[in-house]
Amino acid sequence: MSNVDVVITGLGATTPLGGDVTTTWEALLAGKNGIRVNDKEWVERYDLPAKLAAPLLVDPTDVLPRVQARRLDRCEQIAIIAAREAWADAGFELPRDEEAPVDPERLGVVIGTGIGGPVTLLDQHELLQRDGLRKVSPLTVPMLMPNGPAAHVGIELRARAGVHTPASACASGAEALATAYQMIQNGRADVVVAGGAEACIHPITVAGFAQSRTLSTRNDEPERASRPFDTDRDGFVLGEGAGVVILETAEHAAARGARVYGRLSGYGMTSDAFHITGNHPEGVGQIKAITNAVRMAGLSPTDVTHVNAHATSTVVGDIGEAAAIRKALGDHVVLTAPKSALGHLVGGAGAVESIITLLSIYYGVIPATRNLENIDPRVGLDVVVGEPRKVELTAAINDSFGFGGHNVALAFTAA
Amino acid sequence: MSEKPSDTEILEGLAEIVEEVAGVATEDVTAEKSFVDDLDIDSLSMVEIAVQAEDKFGVKIPDDELANLKTVGDAVKYISTNA
Repeated sequence: MSNVDVVITGLGATTPLGGDVTTTWEALLAGKNGIRVNDKEWVERYDLPAKLAAPLLVDPTDVLPRVQARRLDRCEQIAIIAAREAWADAGFELPRDEEAPVDPERLGVVIGTGIGGPVTLLDQHELLQRDGLRKVSPLTVPMLMPNGPAAHVGIELRARAGVHTPASACASGAEALATAYQMIQNGRADVVVAGGAEACIHPITVAGFAQSRTLSTRNDEPERASRPFDTDRDGFVLGEGAGVVILETAEHAAARGARVYGRLSGYGMTSDAFHITGNHPEGVGQIKAITNAVRMAGLSPTDVTHVNAHATSTVVGDIGEAAAIRKALGDHVVLTAPKSALGHLVGGAGAVESIITLLSIYYGVIPATRNLENIDPRVGLDVVVGEPRKVELTAAINDSFGFGGHNVALAFTAA
Repeated sequence: MSEKPSDTEILEGLAEIVEEVAGVATEDVTAEKSFVDDLDIDSLSMVEIAVQAEDKFGVKIPDDELANLKTVGDAVKYISTNA
């Protein structure tokens, strides 16, 4: 069991359902859909088989000052927007002159991403080829580097205890929260700004995912395309978004009278050592991640009554996860799969879905899974459909798994 | 530009570039201002400003010359001499 009590005191997000946490959460409860027909001309130009996407509802360049926006990759822009919201939500002012609301030596940042700034990389490569060296931006490297989002947030919030960037594909955002938790447990920081960000909707990423046959091609019905656990699921929809939370020692939070959404009480992080994209057939890594998170939190499997599933709407992945959950926790848990509404935010997913898990605990309500019309009989678990379900939760797990065989489970508990 | 620009025209043109790249209001871009100390422009933005100034005024600003352009006035003088 851990020895430091870690609470969450601030939340921030920008997603296909909303430009902030409240809008996203309310849209999710209302059963709204964030998936659209991808109207970019390149979808037709390259005859891409997957013609859907889950773009941000609010464009970050409409939020940030123009000059700041032009110095940042889109992935960095949304990390900063989510971090500012979380920071303000936790009751902190931005650092100014000599004044910082948190001792910089005790403040850390951990923001993961699957791929960072590939759009900058490709745009600048095109400029180099077309117009030569002079037209390549001197900001190219800081814009494309995957640690850029974390570094910018660290500079803005004045964090000197360490700035880190986990990269574990679709588990990156969740790994960031686990890493932040470790930083606090190891005594490196009292407060950590943690999350994930991804903004990589580009012909090459869509083409690459399409070639790996992981994307939904239900092109005529965007609102019905992402259908985790449904018998007619056919792949995920690529989305973009960022989520950031403020993790803090309970002592630090209590000393300043902060509102507490819940606790991060434990994590499990394992690796499959099996296949670069495929699921381990017995799901041993996933089972162990969930089991380790429960154990670290000092819980027993029966204490956990809700899992916010990774469930991306792929044929194989959803069933493997359901089986792992049953083995790790039992068949009493209630699931929801937010990717049915949000699409797959890749490196942002684990962070945004952690926020949803926390709000489910905080408000005692689990959002419904969209498009679950005929549940795959192999799921064998109760998945919330139709209306959100009101239920008092004391402990919940958020699952996140990534290409490469990365398995992360986070155990959240009520404040 | 077909004709050699006046110093005033160069200053106005530079101010537009600085506004575009660094967000400094054009009226704040005056001859005595230091790019780094007064206008808070970093070395990365200076490279962008130099490239845009080269295109706008048809000059070459090699890196060793760029390092000597401390103030807006220095830049106006260099462009005026070399355009």
